[in-house]
Amino acid sequence: MTDNDPKDTTPKPVTAIPTDVSKKGEEILNIVQKGAEFTHELLQENEKLRFRVAQLEEMNVKLGHGSQGGENEEAELKILREKLNSLEDERSKLLERYKAVEDENKDFANRYIDIETENNNLANLYVASYQLHSTLNFNEVIRIILEIIINLIGAERFAIMLLDEKTQMLSTVATEGVEIKDVPASKLGEGVIGKCGEVGENYFAENPGAQTEFNPALPIVCVPMKIKDRIIGVISIYSLLQQKEGFSKLDYELFTLLGGQTATAVFSAKLYSESERKLSTVQGFIDLLTK
Amino acid sequence: MASKKILIVEDSPTMRQLISFTLKRLPDVEILEANDGVDGLKKISGGKFDLILTDINMPIMDGIKLVSLIRQDANNKEVPIVVITTEGGQEDRDRAMSLGANSYITKPINSVNLIGTAKELLGIA
Repeated sequence: MTDNDPKDTTPKPVTAIPTDVSKKGEEILNIVQKGAEFTHELLQENEKLRFRVAQLEEMNVKLGHGSQGGENEEAELKILREKLNSLEDERSKLLERYKAVEDENKDFANRYIDIETENNNLANLYVASYQLHSTLNFNEVIRIILEIIINLIGAERFAIMLLDEKTQMLSTVATEGVEIKDVPASKLGEGVIGKCGEVGENYFAENPGAQTEFNPALPIVCVPMKIKDRIIGVISIYSLLQQKEGFSKLDYELFTLLGGQTATAVFSAKLYSESERKLSTVQGFIDLLTK
Repeated sequence: MASKKILIVEDSPTMRQLISFTLKRLPDVEILEANDGVDGLKKISGGKFDLILTDINMPIMDGIKLVSLIRQDANNKEVPIVVITTEGGQEDRDRAMSLGANSYITKPINSVNLIGTAKELLGIA
Protein backbone atom coordinates (compact mmCIF):
# COMPACT_ATOMS: atom_id res chain seq x y z
CA MET A 1 0.00 0.00 0.00
CA THR A 2 1.25 3.42 -0.95
CA ASP A 3 0.53 6.97 0.28
CA ASN A 4 -1.61 7.44 -2.72
CA ASP A 5 -3.87 4.61 -2.05
CA PRO A 6 -7.45 5.94 -2.08
CA LYS A 7 -8.59 3.34 0.32
CA ASP A 8 -6.08 4.54 2.88
CA THR A 9 -8.02 6.89 5.17
CA THR A 10 -5.50 7.32 7.89
CA PRO A 11 -4.55 10.91 8.64
CA LYS A 12 -1.27 12.10 7.18
CA PRO A 13 1.04 14.56 8.84
CA VAL A 14 0.83 18.16 7.43
CA THR A 15 3.95 19.15 5.59
CA ALA A 16 4.95 22.88 4.75
CA ILE A 17 4.56 24.07 1.09
CA PRO A 18 7.83 25.17 -0.38
CA THR A 19 8.13 29.00 -0.96
CA ASP A 20 9.04 28.81 -4.66
CA VAL A 21 5.98 26.72 -5.37
CA SER A 22 3.78 29.30 -3.60
CA LYS A 23 5.24 32.13 -5.73
CA LYS A 24 4.71 30.20 -8.90
CA GLY A 25 1.12 29.61 -7.92
CA GLU A 26 0.59 33.32 -7.43
CA GLU A 27 2.15 34.07 -10.79
CA ILE A 28 -0.05 31.49 -12.45
CA LEU A 29 -3.08 32.99 -10.69
CA ASN A 30 -2.12 36.46 -11.92
CA ILE A 31 -1.68 35.18 -15.43
CA VAL A 32 -5.06 33.47 -15.28
CA GLN A 33 -6.68 36.70 -13.94
CA LYS A 34 -5.06 38.80 -16.65
CA GLY A 35 -6.15 36.27 -19.21
CA ALA A 36 -9.70 36.54 -17.88
CA GLU A 37 -9.58 40.33 -18.09
CA PHE A 38 -8.15 40.17 -21.60
CA THR A 39 -10.85 37.71 -22.59
CA HIS A 40 -13.51 40.04 -21.15
CA GLU A 41 -12.06 42.98 -23.08
CA LEU A 42 -11.98 40.90 -26.24
CA LEU A 43 -15.59 39.93 -25.72
CA GLN A 44 -16.59 43.60 -25.26
CA GLU A 45 -14.67 44.61 -28.38
CA ASN A 46 -16.26 41.76 -30.23
CA GLU A 47 -19.68 42.91 -29.14
CA LYS A 48 -18.93 46.46 -30.32
CA LEU A 49 -17.70 45.20 -33.67
CA ARG A 50 -20.78 43.04 -34.10
CA PHE A 51 -22.95 46.05 -33.39
CA ARG A 52 -20.97 48.12 -35.89
CA VAL A 53 -21.29 45.39 -38.51
CA ALA A 54 -25.02 45.25 -37.88
CA GLN A 55 -25.19 49.05 -38.31
CA LEU A 56 -23.21 48.93 -41.54
CA GLU A 57 -25.33 46.11 -42.88
CA GLU A 58 -28.46 48.08 -42.10
CA MET A 59 -26.99 51.12 -43.84
CA ASN A 60 -26.00 48.99 -46.73
CA VAL A 61 -29.53 47.69 -47.06
CA LYS A 62 -30.86 51.21 -46.94
CA LEU A 63 -28.46 52.36 -49.63
CA GLY A 64 -29.27 49.35 -51.73
CA HIS A 65 -25.85 47.85 -51.39
CA GLY A 66 -26.97 44.34 -51.63
CA SER A 67 -25.16 41.66 -53.18
CA GLN A 68 -25.72 43.37 -56.58
CA GLY A 69 -25.05 46.88 -55.07
CA GLY A 70 -23.46 48.49 -58.13
CA GLU A 71 -26.23 47.58 -60.58
CA ASN A 72 -29.02 48.47 -58.16
CA GLU A 73 -27.42 51.80 -57.41
CA GLU A 74 -27.25 52.67 -61.11
CA ALA A 75 -30.86 51.66 -61.62
CA GLU A 76 -31.97 53.62 -58.59
CA LEU A 77 -30.03 56.68 -59.72
CA LYS A 78 -31.59 56.45 -63.16
CA ILE A 79 -35.07 56.37 -61.68
CA LEU A 80 -34.23 59.29 -59.41
CA ARG A 81 -32.85 61.30 -62.34
CA GLU A 82 -35.98 60.60 -64.35
CA LYS A 83 -38.12 61.65 -61.41
CA LEU A 84 -36.05 64.79 -60.99
CA ASN A 85 -36.41 65.66 -64.67
CA SER A 86 -40.14 65.06 -64.56
CA LEU A 87 -40.44 67.24 -61.45
CA GLU A 88 -38.36 69.94 -63.14
CA ASP A 89 -40.71 69.85 -66.15
CA GLU A 90 -43.71 70.03 -63.86
CA ARG A 91 -42.16 72.95 -62.00
CA SER A 92 -41.51 74.81 -65.26
CA LYS A 93 -45.09 74.20 -66.38
CA LEU A 94 -46.43 75.39 -63.02
CA LEU A 95 -44.26 78.49 -63.19
CA GLU A 96 -45.54 79.22 -66.71
CA ARG A 97 -49.13 78.71 -65.55
CA TYR A 98 -48.50 80.90 -62.51
CA LYS A 99 -47.12 83.65 -64.74
CA ALA A 100 -50.09 83.34 -67.09
CA VAL A 101 -52.53 83.57 -64.16
CA GLU A 102 -50.58 86.53 -62.77
CA ASP A 103 -50.76 88.29 -66.15
CA GLU A 104 -54.46 87.50 -66.32
CA ASN A 105 -54.91 88.96 -62.82
CA LYS A 106 -53.06 92.10 -63.84
CA ASP A 107 -55.23 92.33 -66.91
CA PHE A 108 -58.38 91.96 -64.77
CA ALA A 109 -57.08 94.58 -62.31
CA ASN A 110 -56.41 97.00 -65.17
CA ARG A 111 -59.83 96.31 -66.64
CA TYR A 112 -61.40 96.85 -63.21
CA ILE A 113 -59.63 100.21 -62.94
CA ASP A 114 -60.73 101.15 -66.47
CA ILE A 115 -64.34 100.22 -65.71
CA GLU A 116 -64.20 102.04 -62.37
CA THR A 117 -62.76 105.12 -64.09
CA GLU A 118 -65.53 104.96 -66.66
CA ASN A 119 -68.08 104.58 -63.85
CA ASN A 120 -66.53 107.56 -62.12
CA ASN A 121 -66.70 109.61 -65.31
CA LEU A 122 -70.32 108.68 -65.95
CA ALA A 123 -71.26 109.43 -62.33
CA ASN A 124 -69.62 112.86 -62.60
CA LEU A 125 -71.35 113.64 -65.90
CA TYR A 126 -74.69 112.38 -64.62
CA VAL A 127 -74.49 114.40 -61.39
CA ALA A 128 -73.34 117.55 -63.22
CA SER A 129 -76.15 117.27 -65.76
CA TYR A 130 -78.73 116.41 -63.11
CA GLN A 131 -77.76 119.34 -60.91
CA LEU A 132 -77.62 121.84 -63.79
CA HIS A 133 -81.20 121.08 -64.75
CA SER A 134 -82.55 120.72 -61.21
CA THR A 135 -83.64 124.36 -61.00
CA LEU A 136 -84.91 127.28 -63.05
CA ASN A 137 -83.57 129.85 -60.62
CA PHE A 138 -80.80 131.83 -62.33
CA ASN A 139 -78.71 132.33 -59.17
CA GLU A 140 -79.06 128.66 -58.32
CA VAL A 141 -77.88 127.68 -61.79
CA ILE A 142 -74.82 129.92 -61.44
CA ARG A 143 -74.07 128.43 -57.99
CA ILE A 144 -74.29 124.92 -59.42
CA ILE A 145 -71.92 125.82 -62.27
CA LEU A 146 -69.46 127.15 -59.67
CA GLU A 147 -69.78 123.95 -57.63
CA ILE A 148 -69.18 121.74 -60.64
CA ILE A 149 -66.08 123.65 -61.70
CA ILE A 150 -64.64 123.61 -58.16
CA ASN A 151 -65.54 120.11 -57.08
CA LEU A 152 -65.64 118.05 -60.26
CA ILE A 153 -62.96 119.77 -62.32
CA GLY A 154 -60.79 121.03 -59.47
CA ALA A 155 -60.35 124.65 -60.56
CA GLU A 156 -59.03 127.16 -58.04
CA ARG A 157 -59.58 130.48 -59.87
CA PHE A 158 -62.16 130.98 -62.58
CA ALA A 159 -64.89 133.26 -63.88
CA ILE A 160 -68.30 132.80 -65.49
CA MET A 161 -68.96 135.47 -68.13
CA LEU A 162 -72.27 136.01 -69.93
CA LEU A 163 -72.75 137.68 -73.31
CA ASP A 164 -74.77 140.84 -73.68
CA GLU A 165 -76.08 140.41 -77.21
CA LYS A 166 -76.70 144.13 -77.66
CA THR A 167 -73.21 145.29 -76.68
CA GLN A 168 -71.43 142.05 -77.70
CA MET A 169 -69.59 142.20 -74.38
CA LEU A 170 -68.82 139.21 -72.17
CA SER A 171 -69.42 140.38 -68.58
CA THR A 172 -68.36 138.53 -65.43
CA VAL A 173 -71.32 137.35 -63.35
CA ALA A 174 -69.57 135.01 -60.91
CA THR A 175 -66.02 134.14 -59.86
CA GLU A 176 -64.12 131.83 -57.55
CA GLY A 177 -60.68 132.59 -56.13
CA VAL A 178 -60.72 136.14 -57.57
CA GLU A 179 -63.01 139.13 -57.20
CA ILE A 180 -65.60 139.86 -59.91
CA LYS A 181 -64.08 143.32 -60.36
CA ASP A 182 -60.69 141.72 -61.12
CA VAL A 183 -62.03 140.06 -64.27
CA PRO A 184 -62.98 142.87 -66.67
CA ALA A 185 -65.53 142.43 -69.46
CA SER A 186 -64.19 141.19 -72.81
CA LYS A 187 -65.35 142.24 -76.23
CA LEU A 188 -66.51 139.33 -78.37
CA GLY A 189 -63.72 138.48 -80.82
CA GLU A 190 -61.00 140.23 -78.81
CA GLY A 191 -58.37 138.52 -76.71
CA VAL A 192 -58.33 134.85 -75.72
CA ILE A 193 -61.74 135.01 -74.04
CA GLY A 194 -63.40 137.10 -76.74
CA LYS A 195 -62.06 134.85 -79.51
CA CYS A 196 -63.18 131.71 -77.69
CA GLY A 197 -66.68 133.23 -77.49
CA GLU A 198 -66.63 134.17 -81.16
CA VAL A 199 -65.21 130.88 -82.50
CA GLY A 200 -67.26 128.77 -80.09
CA GLU A 201 -64.51 126.22 -79.46
CA ASN A 202 -62.73 125.21 -76.26
CA TYR A 203 -59.37 126.87 -75.69
CA PHE A 204 -56.53 125.20 -73.76
CA ALA A 205 -53.27 127.03 -73.00
CA GLU A 206 -50.22 125.19 -74.34
CA ASN A 207 -48.37 125.24 -71.02
CA PRO A 208 -50.90 125.87 -68.24
CA GLY A 209 -48.35 125.15 -65.49
CA ALA A 210 -46.21 128.09 -66.61
CA GLN A 211 -48.90 130.65 -65.69
CA THR A 212 -48.32 131.17 -61.99
CA GLU A 213 -49.63 134.72 -61.66
CA PHE A 214 -53.23 135.68 -62.24
CA ASN A 215 -53.86 137.54 -65.49
CA PRO A 216 -57.56 138.02 -66.32
CA ALA A 217 -56.82 138.15 -70.02
CA LEU A 218 -54.86 134.89 -70.05
CA PRO A 219 -56.92 131.96 -68.83
CA ILE A 220 -55.53 128.43 -69.06
CA VAL A 221 -58.89 127.13 -70.27
CA CYS A 222 -61.85 128.82 -71.97
CA VAL A 223 -65.11 126.98 -72.51
CA PRO A 224 -67.79 128.65 -74.63
CA MET A 225 -71.33 128.22 -73.30
CA LYS A 226 -73.43 127.73 -76.41
CA ILE A 227 -76.73 126.35 -77.64
CA LYS A 228 -75.97 125.07 -81.12
CA ASP A 229 -74.19 128.09 -82.64
CA ARG A 230 -75.61 130.68 -80.28
CA ILE A 231 -73.09 131.85 -77.67
CA ILE A 232 -74.49 132.48 -74.19
CA GLY A 233 -71.22 133.09 -72.36
CA VAL A 234 -67.72 131.82 -71.58
CA ILE A 235 -66.18 130.01 -68.61
CA SER A 236 -62.56 131.11 -68.05
CA ILE A 237 -60.33 129.03 -65.79
CA TYR A 238 -57.13 130.66 -64.51
CA SER A 239 -55.62 128.06 -62.18
CA LEU A 240 -56.21 124.60 -60.77
CA LEU A 241 -56.17 123.32 -57.19
CA GLN A 242 -52.65 122.43 -56.01
CA GLN A 243 -53.40 118.68 -55.97
CA LYS A 244 -54.69 118.82 -59.54
CA GLU A 245 -51.73 118.06 -61.78
CA GLY A 246 -53.41 118.39 -65.16
CA PHE A 247 -56.52 117.58 -67.12
CA SER A 248 -57.86 114.07 -67.41
CA LYS A 249 -60.10 112.52 -70.05
CA LEU A 250 -63.02 113.20 -67.71
CA ASP A 251 -62.15 116.90 -67.55
CA TYR A 252 -62.40 117.25 -71.32
CA GLU A 253 -65.76 115.46 -71.24
CA LEU A 254 -66.88 117.74 -68.43
CA PHE A 255 -65.79 120.80 -70.42
CA THR A 256 -67.85 119.60 -73.36
CA LEU A 257 -70.81 118.92 -71.07
CA LEU A 258 -70.40 122.30 -69.38
CA GLY A 259 -70.31 124.07 -72.73
CA GLY A 260 -73.71 122.73 -73.78
CA GLN A 261 -75.55 122.02 -70.54
CA THR A 262 -74.63 125.24 -68.72
CA ALA A 263 -75.82 127.27 -71.72
CA THR A 264 -79.25 125.62 -71.78
CA ALA A 265 -79.53 125.80 -67.98
CA VAL A 266 -78.62 129.52 -67.93
CA PHE A 267 -80.83 130.28 -70.94
CA SER A 268 -83.82 128.43 -69.45
CA ALA A 269 -83.38 130.13 -66.08
CA LYS A 270 -83.15 133.55 -67.74
CA LEU A 271 -86.23 132.89 -69.86
CA TYR A 272 -88.10 131.63 -66.83
CA SER A 273 -87.23 134.65 -64.69
CA GLU A 274 -88.15 136.99 -67.57
CA SER A 275 -91.47 135.20 -68.10
CA GLU A 276 -92.10 135.36 -64.38
CA ARG A 277 -91.39 139.09 -64.41
CA LYS A 278 -93.60 139.60 -67.46
CA LEU A 279 -96.31 137.49 -65.90
CA SER A 280 -96.29 139.61 -62.74
CA THR A 281 -96.39 142.80 -64.89
CA VAL A 282 -99.33 141.47 -66.90
CA GLN A 283 -100.99 140.35 -63.69
CA GLY A 284 -100.49 143.90 -62.34
CA PHE A 285 -102.21 145.38 -65.41
CA ILE A 286 -105.05 142.90 -65.18
CA ASP A 287 -105.46 143.73 -61.49
CA LEU A 288 -105.52 147.46 -62.34
CA LEU A 289 -108.13 146.96 -65.04
CA THR A 290 -110.39 144.67 -63.09
CA LYS A 291 -110.33 146.42 -59.74
CA MET B 1 -76.30 91.47 -41.23
CA ALA B 2 -77.26 95.01 -40.17
CA SER B 3 -76.70 97.69 -42.80
CA LYS B 4 -73.81 100.11 -42.38
CA LYS B 5 -74.88 103.68 -41.71
CA ILE B 6 -72.93 106.40 -43.50
CA LEU B 7 -73.29 110.15 -42.97
CA ILE B 8 -72.19 112.66 -45.63
CA VAL B 9 -71.67 116.18 -44.29
CA GLU B 10 -71.26 118.52 -47.27
CA ASP B 11 -72.72 121.92 -48.16
CA SER B 12 -72.56 121.35 -51.93
CA PRO B 13 -75.60 119.39 -53.21
CA THR B 14 -73.54 118.39 -56.25
CA MET B 15 -70.86 116.78 -54.10
CA ARG B 16 -73.41 115.20 -51.74
CA GLN B 17 -75.10 113.59 -54.71
CA LEU B 18 -71.82 112.42 -56.24
CA ILE B 19 -70.50 110.92 -52.98
CA SER B 20 -73.83 109.30 -52.22
CA PHE B 21 -74.11 107.98 -55.80
CA THR B 22 -70.63 106.44 -55.48
CA LEU B 23 -71.08 104.92 -52.02
CA LYS B 24 -74.47 103.42 -52.84
CA ARG B 25 -72.57 100.88 -54.89
CA LEU B 26 -71.30 99.34 -51.64
CA PRO B 27 -73.38 96.42 -50.39
CA ASP B 28 -75.98 97.02 -47.69
CA VAL B 29 -75.36 100.64 -46.79
CA GLU B 30 -77.73 103.33 -45.57
CA ILE B 31 -76.70 106.86 -46.46
CA LEU B 32 -77.80 110.04 -44.70
CA GLU B 33 -76.85 113.58 -45.70
CA ALA B 34 -76.24 116.81 -43.76
CA ASN B 35 -75.79 120.36 -45.17
CA ASP B 36 -73.17 121.60 -42.69
CA GLY B 37 -71.41 120.83 -39.41
CA VAL B 38 -74.36 121.73 -37.19
CA ASP B 39 -76.76 119.64 -39.23
CA GLY B 40 -74.19 116.85 -39.13
CA LEU B 41 -73.89 116.99 -35.33
CA LYS B 42 -77.69 116.83 -34.98
CA LYS B 43 -77.80 113.71 -37.11
CA ILE B 44 -74.86 112.15 -35.25
CA SER B 45 -76.53 112.74 -31.87
CA GLY B 46 -79.67 111.08 -33.21
CA GLY B 47 -78.06 107.82 -34.28
CA LYS B 48 -74.97 105.68 -34.41
CA PHE B 49 -72.95 105.83 -37.65
CA ASP B 50 -70.39 103.41 -39.05
CA LEU B 51 -68.68 106.05 -41.19
CA ILE B 52 -68.77 109.84 -41.44
CA LEU B 53 -67.54 111.78 -44.47
CA THR B 54 -67.17 115.52 -44.11
CA ASP B 55 -66.10 118.51 -46.15
CA ILE B 56 -63.91 121.18 -44.49
CA ASN B 57 -65.17 124.46 -45.94
CA MET B 58 -68.81 124.72 -44.92
CA PRO B 59 -71.00 127.52 -43.57
CA ILE B 60 -72.10 127.70 -39.89
CA MET B 61 -69.66 125.00 -38.74
CA ASP B 62 -66.67 123.76 -40.72
CA GLY B 63 -65.48 120.19 -40.99
CA ILE B 64 -62.43 120.65 -38.75
CA LYS B 65 -64.62 121.81 -35.86
CA LEU B 66 -67.00 118.95 -36.56
CA VAL B 67 -64.19 116.35 -36.42
CA SER B 68 -62.99 117.84 -33.15
CA LEU B 69 -66.48 117.75 -31.60
CA ILE B 70 -67.14 114.20 -32.76
CA ARG B 71 -63.92 113.02 -31.12
CA GLN B 72 -64.84 114.76 -27.85
CA ASP B 73 -68.07 112.78 -27.76
CA ALA B 74 -67.50 109.55 -25.82
CA ASN B 75 -70.04 107.71 -27.98
CA ASN B 76 -68.24 108.60 -31.20
CA LYS B 77 -64.58 108.40 -30.27
CA GLU B 78 -64.06 105.42 -32.54
CA VAL B 79 -66.32 106.22 -35.51
CA PRO B 80 -64.20 106.41 -38.69
CA ILE B 81 -64.11 109.90 -40.25
CA VAL B 82 -63.06 110.73 -43.80
CA VAL B 83 -62.36 114.36 -44.69
CA ILE B 84 -63.14 115.20 -48.32
CA THR B 85 -61.92 118.65 -49.30
CA THR B 86 -60.48 120.97 -51.92
CA GLU B 87 -57.71 121.87 -49.43
CA GLY B 88 -54.70 119.93 -50.67
CA GLY B 89 -52.06 121.47 -48.39
CA GLN B 90 -50.05 119.32 -46.00
CA GLU B 91 -50.93 121.61 -43.06
CA ASP B 92 -54.65 121.07 -43.58
CA ARG B 93 -54.11 117.35 -43.90
CA ASP B 94 -52.00 117.20 -40.73
CA ARG B 95 -54.50 119.30 -38.80
CA ALA B 96 -57.44 117.10 -39.77
CA MET B 97 -55.53 113.90 -39.04
CA SER B 98 -54.24 115.17 -35.69
CA LEU B 99 -57.80 116.02 -34.63
CA GLY B 100 -58.85 112.46 -35.26
CA ALA B 101 -59.77 112.04 -38.93
CA ASN B 102 -58.98 108.56 -40.25
CA SER B 103 -58.51 109.51 -43.88
CA TYR B 104 -58.08 112.63 -46.01
CA ILE B 105 -59.28 112.74 -49.61
CA THR B 106 -58.84 115.75 -51.87
CA LYS B 107 -61.30 116.88 -54.53
CA PRO B 108 -61.94 116.15 -57.31
CA ILE B 109 -62.70 112.73 -55.88
CA ASN B 110 -61.79 109.49 -57.55
CA SER B 111 -64.42 106.78 -57.06
CA VAL B 112 -61.82 103.96 -56.84
CA ASN B 113 -60.08 105.81 -54.04
CA LEU B 114 -63.31 106.73 -52.24
CA ILE B 115 -64.78 103.22 -52.42
CA GLY B 116 -61.48 101.67 -51.35
CA THR B 117 -61.22 103.97 -48.32
CA ALA B 118 -64.86 103.42 -47.34
CA LYS B 119 -64.52 99.63 -47.66
CA GLU B 120 -61.41 99.63 -45.52
CA LEU B 121 -62.95 101.76 -42.78
CA LEU B 122 -66.24 99.85 -42.83
CA GLY B 123 -64.42 96.50 -42.74
CA ILE B 124 -65.99 95.34 -45.99
CA ALA B 125 -63.89 92.78 -47.86
